[in-house]
Amino acid sequence: MKALVKGAGVAGLTLAFELASRGADVTVIEKRHRLAGSASWAAGGMLAPWCERESAEEAVVTLGRLALDWWDAVLPGHVVRSGTLVVAPARDTSELDRFARRTTGFAAIGEEAIAVLEPDLAGRFRRGLFFAQEAHLDPRRALVALKDRLVGMGVRFEFGYGAVRVPEAVDIEADCTGIAATVPGLRGVRGEMLLLHAPDVSLARPVRLLHPRFPVYVVPRADHLFMVGATMIESDANEPVTARSMMELLGAAYALHPAFGEAEIVEAGVGVRPAFADNLPRVSREANRVRINGLYRHGFLLAPAMARQAVEMIFSTQKELAHAAHH
Amino acid sequence: MLELYGHQFSSRLLLGTALYPSPAIMADAVKAARNEIVTVSLRRESAGGKTGGQFWSLIQSLGVRVLPNTAGCHSVKEAVTTAQMAREVFATNWLKLEVIGNHDTLQPDVFGLVEAARILSEDGFEVFPYTTDDLVVAERLLEAGCRLLMPWCAPIGSARGPQNVDALRSLRGHFPDVPLIVDAGIGRPSHAAEVMELGYDAVLLNTAVAKAGDPVAMAGAFAKAIEAGREAFLAGPLEPRDMAVPSTPVIGMAAFS
Repeated sequence: MKALVKGAGVAGLTLAFELASRGADVTVIEKRHRLAGSASWAAGGMLAPWCERESAEEAVVTLGRLALDWWDAVLPGHVVRSGTLVVAPARDTSELDRFARRTTGFAAIGEEAIAVLEPDLAGRFRRGLFFAQEAHLDPRRALVALKDRLVGMGVRFEFGYGAVRVPEAVDIEADCTGIAATVPGLRGVRGEMLLLHAPDVSLARPVRLLHPRFPVYVVPRADHLFMVGATMIESDANEPVTARSMMELLGAAYALHPAFGEAEIVEAGVGVRPAFADNLPRVSREANRVRINGLYRHGFLLAPAMARQAVEMIFSTQKELAHAAHH
Repeated sequence: MLELYGHQFSSRLLLGTALYPSPAIMADAVKAARNEIVTVSLRRESAGGKTGGQFWSLIQSLGVRVLPNTAGCHSVKEAVTTAQMAREVFATNWLKLEVIGNHDTLQPDVFGLVEAARILSEDGFEVFPYTTDDLVVAERLLEAGCRLLMPWCAPIGSARGPQNVDALRSLRGHFPDVPLIVDAGIGRPSHAAEVMELGYDAVLLNTAVAKAGDPVAMAGAFAKAIEAGREAFLAGPLEPRDMAVPSTPVIGMAAFS
């Protein structure tokens, strides 16, 4: 079976992997000239289904918990299973109670336990929630490694793919182009993120700082790099980060640890998350065209489950077609 | 019927559209409350000058009246510019005017508010001013051209409920014919019922519904409480008494009245 996957973000690459593992002959085309620049490239890389339940449907937990093992199996060594720590400033601890009411899979911990988990945060927060089962990965390293793995499996990549060139005939065409796709009801939710280099800060796991106005998460990456994210703005504008958003993100990071005040701003990035009205992703099929879209803020978390659903759909169609031809 | 700037409404709940888990849940909450007016903040939908087209068309598809909001403006100039942008984007003269004076408490800057209200009223806007419960500021806002008032009952998003019932009563007493909408500070349906029992005309809220465990159910609960509060006000509630008064006849005893 020949398959064409459009889009080299997390949705496209996970689908290409599932197709190639089932023996399909896969080509991935991407209009950008490199992996960088997609919404996935600006992602946090948190595999945190239990935390996400705070503002998402139960499906995000049931589908998302598969993601930890999927990434671990496909890219060994990338997934860091050290959990998530959720804290709130002293005067906003009611936010912690609200978060706890909305979620499961955590232990309520005090000052001493916080200091053991994250020595740099010792004495800064009296209470926290620890989601031990959660994990994170570096989305950029993961995308690059996944592409390399796919190339090793015989998947072809064409970057800078213009609309002019007509692709050769394929059995299956999959649209994984996110916000660039024209899908009724799809909207953009703009997200802004910062990449900070803070040599004085060490964190072992993603930390979420709850705040009634500016909730923020800080995800540690290698070499004292930290991803601080992310705004949620109902807009598909892809323009540079606004001053207001940067102040909010930096203010929250500074509240988490004052040493972030001395950090270098390595990057201020923007991504537009594709989302449907219920903020849940969809897989759909029409003849030999399949579409995965609407991953919203759950790209790395839900793409594996969506890729599997899409592949089930594709192979059941192939079976139907083969069956029909046989008769 | 509630009448605001010449338009009539059966619902006395004005609902904000921010902070919901998803737009679909927001839309369901609006339907559950049989809501007829929603507030939309311009600033957040306008990053880079573009509007969130899909979000906006979802709001339009609700078939309710839109009250654009100058949320987060800190100066008269900023509020006036945002108001003019809002009029263009949402094609309405209605405007919820917010001029924030204190970043931490989100307390209105009442001086800037009165000035912006005058500028915008003269420019043809129908202004819904978000103000404190201060009586003199309320008078100035009416002089500036506002034909209704939206006092807070506690700081925005604080969920504390009515903090100064006497001030709210006093506003109601001074302005018997001006629509009064409690905007900000409501946390629970009982808070909404309480201000409606005082004779307030409507309640505007957002966080209390959007951040509830089940926003759709909470929107319905607020709608009921607001209706109950309104009916109680019209029915004329008892005033508190210092002494116990038996509600059943005391047989066989001399009755003093």
